[in-house]
Amino acid sequence: MSHPEITAVAAPEIREHPTPPGADGGRGSARPSLRRRREPRRVHETRVDRMFLFCTYLLLCTFLAVVLLPLLNIVASSFSDPVAVNSGRVLFWPVDFSLRGYEVALRDPQIITGFLNSLFYTVVGTLVSVTLTVALAYPLSRKDLFGRGPLMGVVVFTMLFSGGLIPTYLVVQELGLLNTRWSLIVPQAIGVWQVVIASTYFRTMIPDELYEAAQLDGCGDLRFLWKVVLPLAKPMLAVVALMYAIAQWNSYFDALLYLKDADLYPIQLVLRNILILNTSNVTDASLMLERQQLADLLKYSLIVIASVPVLLIYPFVARYFTKGIMIGAIKG
Amino acid sequence: MAGGVPRVSMRRRARRSLTRHWTLYLLMLVPLVHLAVFKYVPMTNAVIAFKDYNVVKGVWGSQWVGLQNFQAIFDNPVFWQLVKNTFLLSFYAVLAGFPIPIILALALNEIRQGFFKRTVQMVTYAPYFISTVVVVSMTIMILSPKLGLLSHVTGFFGVDKVDLLGDPDYFRHIYVWSDIWQTAGYSAVIYLAALSGVDQSLYEAARVDGASRLQKIWHVDLPSIMPTAVIILVLAVGNIMAVGFEKAFLLQNPLNLSASEIIATYVYKTGLLNADFSQATAIGLLNSVVNLALLVFVNFVAKRLTGSGVWS
Repeated sequence: MSHPEITAVAAPEIREHPTPPGADGGRGSARPSLRRRREPRRVHETRVDRMFLFCTYLLLCTFLAVVLLPLLNIVASSFSDPVAVNSGRVLFWPVDFSLRGYEVALRDPQIITGFLNSLFYTVVGTLVSVTLTVALAYPLSRKDLFGRGPLMGVVVFTMLFSGGLIPTYLVVQELGLLNTRWSLIVPQAIGVWQVVIASTYFRTMIPDELYEAAQLDGCGDLRFLWKVVLPLAKPMLAVVALMYAIAQWNSYFDALLYLKDADLYPIQLVLRNILILNTSNVTDASLMLERQQLADLLKYSLIVIASVPVLLIYPFVARYFTKGIMIGAIKG
Repeated sequence: MAGGVPRVSMRRRARRSLTRHWTLYLLMLVPLVHLAVFKYVPMTNAVIAFKDYNVVKGVWGSQWVGLQNFQAIFDNPVFWQLVKNTFLLSFYAVLAGFPIPIILALALNEIRQGFFKRTVQMVTYAPYFISTVVVVSMTIMILSPKLGLLSHVTGFFGVDKVDLLGDPDYFRHIYVWSDIWQTAGYSAVIYLAALSGVDQSLYEAARVDGASRLQKIWHVDLPSIMPTAVIILVLAVGNIMAVGFEKAFLLQNPLNLSASEIIATYVYKTGLLNADFSQATAIGLLNSVVNLALLVFVNFVAKRLTGSGVWS
């Protein structure tokens, strides 16, 4: 799954290592770089240290293999022939390459609907969440705002204690949100952790002098927020938006709780129904013979389809999330 | 700007802040109402734990029954099984999940910046962003005795094929290790961030003193990630009774239920599938209270022992 990025990164350095990272990807690419890098240090290091470094590389290769191989197995299976998948012949490289699994998946209306629903929930949900988060976090970051401390306490307390599943369900029910698209967007719209991150960022990264200057120029609070603060806070907004988007794309629990209507299901719930409850029905009558085989293949393809959007933005995510962790670490 | 001059009374400060920044208060209004409706109203709704909830009468109209629901919980033999399952599962998860990211981060910190290091980081970090449904699906596919990756491995060693997911003895191992598979890379990033902040002169001093790599790790690296590790451990132990519903529910099947039924999944089933709202709320409330108490207690202990807690 993460395999395309790796080959892309690897491209310039991979000359002495002609085979693409397959079954022995981790191990194969580690050795040459190990040898090359160790050369100049040899003078300084004792035998024990070199042994230790070797063990470190070995350990990291194990980590790499343990994480990468299951992913490779799933991706390879999804691109294989149904017969090969069904007889369990696929390891880490497609056997009898075929796109049959994806064909079947993309012909299934519930999968298409689920995918589009998830796109909707993710885009709208992220917009709503980011807006509410900024609207709450910015005022809370202003040192001259009366009541800021207690209000922050009110916000953070919801992270420590919650009414529970059923009491929340009752609220959603009373508001008439059950079985509507809003039930996946509204109840979870504000993440306390994101509010803390945003507020900390506003407080520490926007200099007070800017605000004082703006005030002298007769710039109101809202205009200052819109014209000065938000443009300066773009990196943080990206982190927070990505956090919300990924959480929204990956969630299935709220849908399981609040939705009855299969037309509203997000892709994760569709996936769960097909994969875990085994309720797949390949409806095409001509496929009856290879039906069971296709059902297994379909699962592999579905796993890949449901993860593609997240993995497409993964390079950005990896960079920004690290920053987000740092911002969060400054403490609210 | 002198908002904090002590002479000015609270009321005047409040009034001045309101007249000057009324737009900011207005801005906060919507999110605060949202929190009130979706976080604080549920907390008050939790009173149905002390009532016999009736759909027609609503939350406040239903009959008070005192502690009857809690009495029923403690009399229910299933409950103690739930507590045991929940506790064992998360205790195991904390115990196994705590050291591995630290080891990964220390190992990554030992090697030089370069292609290999970037690859390991990118790859181990990636599973964190995969959804729970996908991770559980992958686990099921890989452990599947018919065509899974695992059957290749065990077949190679001549071990018989077993349905691991259908065996309650394996449930905890599957849950915990698939969790570590997913989150170790992410947690390592936090430790790496702490390691990158270590004062370089400490390493130089260690080198001058002729410290080996292992000694440098022991005397420089480990002490400098200690505060971070304490915070993470406190949060993990504090959340020990709040195991996520999502994954356990997905990994459940009728065969492994005796190990996989935890408090959260039981609440869901009692409340929404059997429509016993009061009973489910009572169990959930009990769990939340125990959890909050645990978090406060662990934080207190951590602060006593190391001087650093999650909050001051």
